[in-house]
Amino acid sequence: MAYTKAKIKDLVDGKIDRDTLQTMLSTPKDADRFVKYLEILQEQVPWDDRIILPLGPKLYIVQRASDKKWVVKSQAGHEFCDWRENWKLHAVMRVRETPEEMEELYPKLMAPSSDWQVIREYYCPKSGDLLDVEAPTPWYPVIHDFEPDIDAFYTDWLGLKIPERAA
Amino acid sequence: MNMQTDIKGIVRGGQTLKQHRDEIMAKTKGTGHYAGLTERALHKESPILYNKLFSRLRAGVVDARETAKKIAASPIVEQEGELCFTLYNAAGDSILTSTGIIIHVGTMGAAIKYMIENDWESNPGIKDKDIFCNNDSLIGNVHPCDIHTIVPIFHEGELIGWVGGVTHVIDTGAVGPGSMTTGQVQRFGDGYSVTCRKIGENDELKRDWLHESQRAVRTTRYWMLDERTRVAGCHMIRKLVEEVIAEEGIEAYWKFAYEAVEHGRIGLQNRIKAMTIPGTYRQVGFVDVPYNHEDVRVPSDFAKVDTIMHTPSEMTIRKDGTWRLDFEGSSRWGWHTYNAHSVSFTSGIWVMMTQTLIPTEMINDGAAYGTEFRLPKGTWMNPDDRRVAFAYSWHFLVSSWTALWRGLSRSYFGRGYLEEVNAGNANTSNWLQGGGFNQYDEIHAVNSFECAANGVGASAIADGISHAAAIWNPEGDMGDMEIWELAEPLVYLGRQIKASSGGAGKYRGGCGFESLRMVWNAKDWTMFFMGNGHISSDWGLMGGYPAASGYRFAAHDTGLKEKIANGDPIPFGGDTDPEHPTYDAMVNPEGIKRDKQAITTEEMFKDYDLYLNYMRGGPGFGDPLDREAQSVAEDVNGGYLLERFAETVYGVVLAKGSDGLFAADEAGTEALRAQIRKDRLAKAQPTREWMARERERILAKDAGTHVQQMFAASFKLGPKWEEGFRKFWDLPEEWQLKEEDLPIPSYGREYSMDLSDLPDVKTVKFVEE
Repeated sequence: MAYTKAKIKDLVDGKIDRDTLQTMLSTPKDADRFVKYLEILQEQVPWDDRIILPLGPKLYIVQRASDKKWVVKSQAGHEFCDWRENWKLHAVMRVRETPEEMEELYPKLMAPSSDWQVIREYYCPKSGDLLDVEAPTPWYPVIHDFEPDIDAFYTDWLGLKIPERAA
Repeated sequence: MNMQTDIKGIVRGGQTLKQHRDEIMAKTKGTGHYAGLTERALHKESPILYNKLFSRLRAGVVDARETAKKIAASPIVEQEGELCFTLYNAAGDSILTSTGIIIHVGTMGAAIKYMIENDWESNPGIKDKDIFCNNDSLIGNVHPCDIHTIVPIFHEGELIGWVGGVTHVIDTGAVGPGSMTTGQVQRFGDGYSVTCRKIGENDELKRDWLHESQRAVRTTRYWMLDERTRVAGCHMIRKLVEEVIAEEGIEAYWKFAYEAVEHGRIGLQNRIKAMTIPGTYRQVGFVDVPYNHEDVRVPSDFAKVDTIMHTPSEMTIRKDGTWRLDFEGSSRWGWHTYNAHSVSFTSGIWVMMTQTLIPTEMINDGAAYGTEFRLPKGTWMNPDDRRVAFAYSWHFLVSSWTALWRGLSRSYFGRGYLEEVNAGNANTSNWLQGGGFNQYDEIHAVNSFECAANGVGASAIADGISHAAAIWNPEGDMGDMEIWELAEPLVYLGRQIKASSGGAGKYRGGCGFESLRMVWNAKDWTMFFMGNGHISSDWGLMGGYPAASGYRFAAHDTGLKEKIANGDPIPFGGDTDPEHPTYDAMVNPEGIKRDKQAITTEEMFKDYDLYLNYMRGGPGFGDPLDREAQSVAEDVNGGYLLERFAETVYGVVLAKGSDGLFAADEAGTEALRAQIRKDRLAKAQPTREWMARERERILAKDAGTHVQQMFAASFKLGPKWEEGFRKFWDLPEEWQLKEEDLPIPSYGREYSMDLSDLPDVKTVKFVEE
């Protein structure tokens, strides 16, 4: 099964019709999705660097146009770090660790108890977009949540050429 | 071969069960293909016959479940569908399973394998038309209330397989009433425990079993009808297999029974390649065990401590489509009922995967053979002590699995399969449980299964579905109020959506719901609460927030009898905003319990007392400031979001229309959102600056004892995890954190005795330890 680029765009925009969604969920996956998906995202970002892999709605691994180095970059254009590093260590963040800070988000009694659990919000330093939220105990290390094997993904799984990558 | 080949076994062809399983396992290990099936001959040579066998058997097990369900009286089975039937090959590996609580695809297989490894074949013997019962969590069951009925299937005098049926019963005669009780801290308080016992011969249940088992539990009628449900389903499936063999031949059936497992293994590998991205994924789950509280009445002082259960996970997807799940760093088992066997932990993951990675009808043990699990021995999900209790293993099963959704969803998102993204599952609670004498003047126990309908996590394209699902039963249903009122001496005074229970996000988590119950016509009655409270175990994804956490509301000596007689206002509907409660002014304030203590033990209730049953929501996806403003207005209008959070969380300015409904003020919203983004940055700090300060707190041991205990216990069982922690925080060698130095007891820390230490017991190892 393959879908038109317009249908994939509807999906990305959260506007997919229910019949197509049902088909997407219940039939084997369309192998060309990734290529169409990248094209759509590339058209939506305000910069020219080539998207290698989306990490979130406003976060990407990209090939920097100027020197072909792969970096983690936000929608707003902030470059965090090399693509292999944990971008959160290069972000700005806020920790909610008092009842008052928790109750900005939840009604009293429905908020986590801040001596058991804190909420850590990681922002894009350029735009203030909220890119990730962690909710661990105090003391918890910042989690490096994803280390993709992009070479195997592109070549072995999708049969795509790996974009140039400067050391 | 050794001498055993001379012994005539019961398996088709003459092997003993043990010889047969050993051969299957050796071939699997030697070739990497289940049973050494490098080629699936039946599938290759007769694909139509293969598919015909699959379709007919699968339809048959589903039909058996649907038919048998109607025999049950327990609303847990009849309303919620808490049952499942599975067909196994002679080695105890599942071929296919029905719908329902399919975690048991592995647990009943574990029981069969236990019988095989411990030579049930010679004693008590395994014959055609035998019936076995098992609910032993030490050998693989999820918790004691899941009762297995297992029936061997013979053809021309030789064993060719097994069929198992399971139902979740309402009571197992534990210390407290209800199926998933909290008052006990050891297995001996978990209630009736049956280890693969032969309970019937010639298709008839033994009288000693009937007499003993019915008096071992509180809810006798439900127990007996549930058993008939299971036996009927097993016999339907056995008959189906006999018919299929009569029509298609034993050779075809026999081949199918092994090829189907290999098919399942290959299917998983193909789906992994088709849907995910190779790489390493890390995530973590937590849940609170707040036992240092006056309303947690446990028999042992050493159990009266606050602790946190912790499960970090590392998921590695390899280039060849195989994968490994490593849970290094997980907490030790504890003195509570939230421990789990490795089989229920791993088998339950398939329940989850059937909702995403393997949404096919081919659910069998193939997926288990296609996955490497590492669960360190001694952890809560692979305990090394035969005293541990399991009654509510789901408390942390659901909270640790929810993290895996995030890992998988990162790969789906990266690849563009946004329709598969799920921020996580809800913590499926509260569990309203208790018992006493009911409205029919009988000894009774209740476990309201309303929380088979929690909120679902948000996806990358839409909000999570509200009050709709539970991770452990893909057919979640809250049940009809009228049925619950028949089953429980508790009248409904309200049932409504729980506002703000779903995590905020561009797409919000589905909301849970809440029911206000008034005790009516009960005698000598108790109830308790069971759910997460201090911790929200469901985090949210890519900027989405966690689901709300739990709390309790109960009211005693309410004075409602007089108010009702006088026609005065009484509490109705939901506890809409617990920050501004409305119930409280209408009942005796001294009888109210309203706090974060979401786990309690048996508390006395009498007529006109109140109990709020709050079902949790799911986590959110994406930055809430990116949510469509009008969707936020509709959330407020629909009761999904409390009005004040429209501005503080979503940055949406609302305007109330003449019809009383809110609409979004787009211009005002745009300005407010711009301001919130500025405020975020003004309050933010570089991560490394925060890390420097947090490191100082760690060096000073500045955290609650429960937090320190969690880390200390994880360090002890997970040296690699400790190494990572120390490296991340750059801790000096002299900084040490040990449980023995903390001011709370840690029984079980040094001394434990595993089931395998008992004489004549051979446990089956299912995971890398």
